[in-house]
Amino acid sequence: MGLISNRSIFSAFFSFPPLIYQLAFFVFPLFFLLVLSFWSVKFYRVQPDFTFSNWLYIFEKGYFWKSYGWTFSLAAMTSIIASVIAFPASYYISFKLSENIKRIVLLSLIVPFFTSYLVRIYSWQVFLNDNGIINAALDYIGVGAVAMINTKLGSVIGYLTLSLPLVILLQVFSLSNIDRNLVEAAHNLKCSPLKTIFLVVIPAARVGLVLAALFCFILSFGDFVSPIYLGGATTQTLSILIIDLSKAGQQWPRAAVVAITMIVTLLATTFLALRFAYKGKS
Amino acid sequence: MNNDKKTKSTIMKSRRDFIKAASAASGIAALGGVAPMLMSKKANAAPREMTLLAWYGHGEKDIVEAFEQANNCKVKAKYYTGGDNMLALIAQSPPGTYDVVLSDAEYVLQLKEAGFVEKLNPSDYPFDDYWPEFQRFGGHWSGKELYSVALRFGFLGVSYNSENISEKEAMSYSLLWDEKLKGRVGHFDWHLPNLGCMSMYMGNPNPYDINQKKFEALTSKTMEIRSQVNGFYDYGGTFSSLKNGQIQAMCGIGDWITGVLQKDGSPVRTVIPEEGGLQWTESLCIGKNAKNHDLARKFIQYMSSPEGQVRSANMAAYPAAIVNKKAWELLAKVTPEEAKRQRMELGKDNVISDIRNGRVKYRTLPVQQSLETWNDFWLEYKNS
Repeated sequence: MGLISNRSIFSAFFSFPPLIYQLAFFVFPLFFLLVLSFWSVKFYRVQPDFTFSNWLYIFEKGYFWKSYGWTFSLAAMTSIIASVIAFPASYYISFKLSENIKRIVLLSLIVPFFTSYLVRIYSWQVFLNDNGIINAALDYIGVGAVAMINTKLGSVIGYLTLSLPLVILLQVFSLSNIDRNLVEAAHNLKCSPLKTIFLVVIPAARVGLVLAALFCFILSFGDFVSPIYLGGATTQTLSILIIDLSKAGQQWPRAAVVAITMIVTLLATTFLALRFAYKGKS
Repeated sequence: MNNDKKTKSTIMKSRRDFIKAASAASGIAALGGVAPMLMSKKANAAPREMTLLAWYGHGEKDIVEAFEQANNCKVKAKYYTGGDNMLALIAQSPPGTYDVVLSDAEYVLQLKEAGFVEKLNPSDYPFDDYWPEFQRFGGHWSGKELYSVALRFGFLGVSYNSENISEKEAMSYSLLWDEKLKGRVGHFDWHLPNLGCMSMYMGNPNPYDINQKKFEALTSKTMEIRSQVNGFYDYGGTFSSLKNGQIQAMCGIGDWITGVLQKDGSPVRTVIPEEGGLQWTESLCIGKNAKNHDLARKFIQYMSSPEGQVRSANMAAYPAAIVNKKAWELLAKVTPEEAKRQRMELGKDNVISDIRNGRVKYRTLPVQQSLETWNDFWLEYKNS
């Protein structure tokens, strides 16, 4: 009994700092953000208040819903593209490579994170500009210039730069944990390789694949750098709207409304995605 | 890389020229004020710290170094981007945080109304040497009370890539509707200068003082060029998009951006179109309860003197026209090429002539609508 109680004290001691950290740097700021959304701004100064005017103001604006639609659809599109592009690579890494080469490939997928995301996005400008490397090459082979920068395509390329390596890594971890006996059984039962992938591999790795797509969605939904520097702010996302609102008249409470809407959207998406991922699993 | 070197060498050349000319002109009254300041320097005292809230560049070495040496102080600058940002930084700081505040003219009375700046004594500053247009500059005075001293100004019109667009084409805002510029028009992401230029194009004599009907006409006309627009840029993005040719034309910016690019060898220029342009004006105020009130006053005196003015005209971050007539004489000796480039030559058609013949109007805050209404439209425009 004494031993158990000592153990409890021991585990409580070590779990305390993370708890404090979460409370101080996540729960409290989140609560403050919610409170801030009910405050008002008087002559560029945010003042404690209790008004719903910020919520009404934002939800009545057509540009907010348009931004919301674009942010959601670009993030969803990026998740689908990233998942589809990543899957063949992940499958190959998981099933075809030897353990040693697999380790090297996985390490190479981590390398992009060594460089700042902002730097990587800036370097994309050199490639995507109308006078950039890609268009120079297209011009050389006789294809006309293609507008890539300051377009939705530019934003999606940026989102993929941020999330694709992570999606591949998560998919690889998921595919690597599939029971190989299931795959072999499918082969033995004369199931074609393509059918095996769709009927055995994907369902068995469903949780990991959904989680990878979910992470991609979360990262893209909140990203500010790509839509500004590769999208040229021509498609206004919610993160850009937050910046615009806080710049114009210091409307931090209105920006807080947008931020809370984003958080609620991400929580709802996560809940639905996890429900789908674990559907039918114990 | 070469361009960087070129820029640096140009700046260094200007500085050497400046020092040379300043030495030669040491006897002239224009620089007479510097000597007593040097004499009063307390060699052994620890330098004091004077705080400055300003647009980027005003607290850099090329501007403040001589003042710091003469007054045994360090200028600690906090930079902002845009008047709203400036007001917010002051509003959120305790009184006395900033000794000197550099403000765009249209925000000075808001600073005064909010009690963020001190009343100034007009006799402390060399208004007699100023061009008349800047002696009693609207927005700096409240009745007979002075709150800000004009420092520099510039014009906003059409900025364009001179390799692909002729000056004749750029002489009208209608260029922005030109089919050949589809996807090649850019915006500096601030509604005030952009909509002000559009308002000039629509023939409004007072571009910011328009009734609701005219405002609606302005917004629907502006919406017409949305499909031409390639991007909305911040300060850095504006530079790079004009430099790399991504953007061929912009309205609402001026020599404060294209002047820097021109010095760097880029083929970009700004003109004031036939329909007219806008004028931005920067001025200096003393922050409420400034901890270093005496230094703040000396700093404004220095910046409004010929030496400070010449430094300001040649500011590395962004050049601008200056308001002290005597400083024009010094500028002609120190950097005649810059005096010519910025059209600040006495006895010739110059920037003051442009103000006098009514080609430019002051950039102000909207008069008949709220700033929020204009900003809301800008968000809708960006989102369309």
